[in-house]
Amino acid sequence: MHDVAMHDDSKGQYFWVWGALLVLTAVEVVLAYKQVFQPLRMLEALLFLSVIKSALIIGYFMHLKFERALMRWLLVISVTACFVIMYFFFFPDADRILQLGVK
Amino acid sequence: MADATLQHDAVQHGLPGEYEAPLFGAYSKKVGMWLFLASDSLTFGALLVAFSYNRISMPAWPTPFGKESIANATVMTACLLSSSLTMVLGVLAAKRGDRAWTRNWLLATMAFGTAFIVLHGMEWSKLIGQGLALPGFPKVPGQAEEFAAVVQAVPQFPATFFGLTGMHMLHVTLGVIYLGVVALRKWFLPILGAIWIAGYALIPSYSVFHYGIHVLGLALVVALIILLLKPKVYDAHDVEVSGLYWHFVDLVWMFIFPLVYLMSTKIV
Repeated sequence: MHDVAMHDDSKGQYFWVWGALLVLTAVEVVLAYKQVFQPLRMLEALLFLSVIKSALIIGYFMHLKFERALMRWLLVISVTACFVIMYFFFFPDADRILQLGVK
Repeated sequence: MADATLQHDAVQHGLPGEYEAPLFGAYSKKVGMWLFLASDSLTFGALLVAFSYNRISMPAWPTPFGKESIANATVMTACLLSSSLTMVLGVLAAKRGDRAWTRNWLLATMAFGTAFIVLHGMEWSKLIGQGLALPGFPKVPGQAEEFAAVVQAVPQFPATFFGLTGMHMLHVTLGVIYLGVVALRKWFLPILGAIWIAGYALIPSYSVFHYGIHVLGLALVVALIILLLKPKVYDAHDVEVSGLYWHFVDLVWMFIFPLVYLMSTKIV
């Protein structure tokens, strides 16, 4: 477990995270510009990159990586569970409408 | 700093251990902000799901974002990411007790946030000028009808687009004001008031922002009440908590940018 007061607060790591976020954004834009994938695969790739970016922001910029494990896991699990529930409620229905051919 | 107060009281009364250690190992304001952000993430989650649901269920989903729009949105993203860096540097300066640099970094964060709002406002104005609007929006003189057919055929697009990005723009605006209050305290109020009045006077009445600028007036009243009730010098904990909010608005944009813009590109 990390202690809140003991973690490394050097500026360098934040510049690295900022650089990584800019690079990942550039990759996303290039993927979209070049239309590298089909829409569904593109969505998967962009969401994958977005999840990495959000993990970097939450972990380093928001310092969640350095909080107590209880707080870390409680927040991550509860919010993720809500999103998973939303996903399984709504997306199969959206796909069903598409299959039914409703215009 | 409830924790510090509790420890101080315990030492004063010679009762070490009388109070339990905080469950999350963090002071109460920070836990409160995390709980707020968890609930707010569900608001944005619902809006993103609504957008994506309609995107999937509508085969004729429009793709109005050309190269210029994507370039604009990319610069907006870079502004937000850079603002997160300046924010975290501000938090570090606050932990060192360096008030001058804390204020400087917070002002830099506000500058990036303001740049984001201005660029986003320009993007909205361009789309509205091309005919992509909601029924309640004022009519723009010489409004093109480029997207009129889109609005007729897929009204879900403007509804979800303006709903999602408008909610995010509101959060960024309130974030800039929040940082302004933390950085400048009561000195920020006349600045906010001047921007509100100047914005209302200068933005033409056919723009949605002529009416949207009143958010600043409401925020001014709230900030005034807060500063009257608690006229304190904000410490490192307050800066860290405001930073959590700011990083959250950055985080949300990391999903809006690819889902709304990059998945609806019109690259020719």
